[in-house]
Amino acid sequence: MAAIPVEHGLMLAGVLFALGLLGVLVRRNIIFMLLSIEIMLNSAGLAFVVAGSRWRQPDGQVMFIFILAMAAAEVSVGLALAMQTYHILKTLDSDAAGSMKG
Amino acid sequence: MNDLFYISAAVAVISTVMVITKLNAVHALLYLIISLLAIAMVFFSLGAPFVAALEVIIYAGAIMVLFVFAIMMLNIGPEYAELERKYLGPAAWMGPVILAGILIVELLFAFSRGGGRAAGAGVVGPKQTGIALFGPYLVGVELASMLLLSGLIGAYHLGRRDSKRDGEQGRRVS
Repeated sequence: MAAIPVEHGLMLAGVLFALGLLGVLVRRNIIFMLLSIEIMLNSAGLAFVVAGSRWRQPDGQVMFIFILAMAAAEVSVGLALAMQTYHILKTLDSDAAGSMKG
Repeated sequence: MNDLFYISAAVAVISTVMVITKLNAVHALLYLIISLLAIAMVFFSLGAPFVAALEVIIYAGAIMVLFVFAIMMLNIGPEYAELERKYLGPAAWMGPVILAGILIVELLFAFSRGGGRAAGAGVVGPKQTGIALFGPYLVGVELASMLLLSGLIGAYHLGRRDSKRDGEQGRRVS
């Protein structure tokens, strides 16, 4: 059985990354922006795993585990920031936090 | 196994499009969970079963539960019970259920065809990954642990609401 071409895996990662980027650019709800960031991180990890499986090395999977740890830390801080924004501004619209004080 | 890759890739792309187009956060979360499960299936068909398991356990399990908790905490109120009843009507969960059904059929098909063998490229199992993780990448593991600790402290600090700070904010607003 033939192997999956590495281009197709990378294409899938690129499409998912573009969708996540589109989500960040289009949506104005902070929760949705965090979800789109998760999609982008996940597609970057997918690219690592595809490359690792192409050369049969475990390095791609190791990189994916690091991305996983980073995503977990990022999402906990990001959600705490979103809750704080909601309590201060009473909205989840990111445009409401568009201006700085001072 | 090649067909499994392409079908689950299609499921991943479709559900990701639904994530960024749905207006309701809970519906988007349902589709995002399906997307992560589909990508786990992609990992499995690429010969990375350990990472596929981690994707299901940590991404679809832990991180998505965090999102669900945050959304539920942002919507506290008496009107929320009515809203929650509206969230999960049949129209809302039918799409994710269909996509998840496709993934289950794929998984059963893969197991009926002889276990965890992947397509041509060969399997890189948990043993090799673990040896690499705790061999040349040991410094990275330590850095990841420090990153997680700082994430924990940061989330605790940002999520804390003590009375002193609330009073200060009230004064600043008034």
